[in-house]
Amino acid sequence: MSAHRQSLGSYASAWATQRRVIYALFMREVLTRYGRHNIGFLWLFVEPMLFTLGVTALWSVTKATHGLDLPIVAFALTGYSSVLLWRNMPARCIDAIKPNLSLLYHRQVKVLDILTARLLLEVAGTTTSFVVLGVFFVMIGWLDPPEDLLQVIGGWLALAWFGMSAALLLGAWSEQSELVDKLWHPSAYLLFPLSGAAFLVDILPQQAQDIVLYLPMVHCIEYIRDGFFGSKFHAHYDMSYPLIVSACMTLIALAQLRKVSREVIPE
Amino acid sequence: MIALHNVDKFYHTRSGPRQILDSIDLEIAPGEKLGILGRNGAGKSTLIRIISGAEQPTNGSVKRDMTASWPLAYTGGFQSALTGIDNIRFICRIYGVDIEERLPFIQQFSDLGEYLYEPIRNYSAGMRARLGFAVSMSIEFDCFLIDEVISVGDSRFHEKCRIELFEKRADRALVIVSHDASYIRAHCDRIVVLDRGRLHSFDEIEQAFEFYSHSVL
Repeated sequence: MSAHRQSLGSYASAWATQRRVIYALFMREVLTRYGRHNIGFLWLFVEPMLFTLGVTALWSVTKATHGLDLPIVAFALTGYSSVLLWRNMPARCIDAIKPNLSLLYHRQVKVLDILTARLLLEVAGTTTSFVVLGVFFVMIGWLDPPEDLLQVIGGWLALAWFGMSAALLLGAWSEQSELVDKLWHPSAYLLFPLSGAAFLVDILPQQAQDIVLYLPMVHCIEYIRDGFFGSKFHAHYDMSYPLIVSACMTLIALAQLRKVSREVIPE
Repeated sequence: MIALHNVDKFYHTRSGPRQILDSIDLEIAPGEKLGILGRNGAGKSTLIRIISGAEQPTNGSVKRDMTASWPLAYTGGFQSALTGIDNIRFICRIYGVDIEERLPFIQQFSDLGEYLYEPIRNYSAGMRARLGFAVSMSIEFDCFLIDEVISVGDSRFHEKCRIELFEKRADRALVIVSHDASYIRAHCDRIVVLDRGRLHSFDEIEQAFEFYSHSVL
C-alpha cells in the first residue's frame, strides 16, 4: 500500500518536473524566436495569419475552386492553415538539438522536451491563427460558421498529431543524418500541392484520388472541410488511416529519440 | 550519495566507437570533497557530465540520492543568445525556485551589474563562471560539480567562492575535476586520478599526486 502510494507520489513529482521543464523551454523558445522587439511574441500567430490572409486573397481573386460553387474563404482558410500545421512542425524539429546542446547540461532537460516545447509553440501559433482568422471572417460575414464544430476540432487535432509524429521522427533522424534536412525542403515543397490544401479530392479523376489518398494529411483536410462546409461537396476520407499512420510514426520516433538521447553529447 | 557502478562510455567517431571511460566505479558521500585529476583528453568532462546525469553511460549504472548541480564548466548550461537574466529565469524555472527571491544574491555574487542584461555571448570566461556559480549556489544543491572553471576569475572571485562554497556550504559535497594538481591539493580531501579512461584510487593523497605526475610525463 505504502509502496503504491510512493510510486504514485514519484509519478506526481516527475510530472511536476516535466511541466516545469516544458514551460521553461517554451518560454525560452518564445524569447529566442521572437525576442522583445516590436510586437514580440504576437508574431507567433501574426506570421501564420499573414500567410493565410495572403493565400486567401490570392485564391479568392484567382477563383481557385475551379468554378465549383464553394465558399472560397472557407476553402482557403482550412487549406492553408492545415498546410502550416503539418509542414511547419517538422521544419522546426529538424536539427533542433544542436542549438540546444548547452541546455542538456541540466539533467532534467531531455531531447524530447526540447522538441515538445517547439511543437507546442508551433501548434499554439497555427491554431491561434486559424481560430482568430475564422472568428474574424465570420464576424465580417465572409465565412459561415462551421456546420459541425466538433468535427473541425477533431480533424485539426488529428492533423496536429500527424504533424507532431512526423516532426519527432524527422527530428530524431536528422540527428543521425544530414540528408534529412537536405531532403525535407524539396519534399515539403512538392507535398504542398498534393496535400489537398488547394483542391478537393472529389474533383480529381478516380486514379488521382486513389494516389493522393495515400497521403494522411489529405484525409484530415477533407475531414476538416467536411465539418466546415460538408453540405456543399462530397468529402473523401477514412480517419482511421491518418490515425494509424501517426501512431506508428510516434512509436518509431520515440524509439529513435531514446537512442539519440543516449548518444547526444551536451556542449 | 552518488554511486557510479561499472560505467563505460563510448563515443562514435569517424574511425568507429572510441572508449572514453572504462569500468568506472565511484562513490561520492555527502559532504565529501572529491578531486578528480586528469590530463587533457583523459575523459574528465565526460565523467563529470555522467555524474551529473547530463549524459548517459553506455554501460553500467548511476545512482543519485542527493541533488547535484549541473557541471559548472567553461561552456554549457547557458543559452548564449539570451541575456544573463533570461538564462537565470530559465534555470530557476527548471529547478522550480522563485527567481525574485534569488535574484539579489545572484546579482551580488556574480557582480555583473548591467551586464546581466546583455547576451551571454558577450561575456568573458570569467563572467560566465561568476554567473554559473552565483546561480548554482542560489539553488542550493547537496553536491556541486565543478569542471575546471573555478581557476578562472580574479582573486576577489576566488575569495567569494571560498566563503560561499567552503565556509557557508562546508557540509555539501563537492566534485572538482582539473588538471591542476595544486588547486585540487588545496581544496579536496580525497583524490582520484583519471588516466586513459580508467579511474585510479589511492589510500594516501600523496600517492595520487605521485601517480599523476608520472602519468603526465
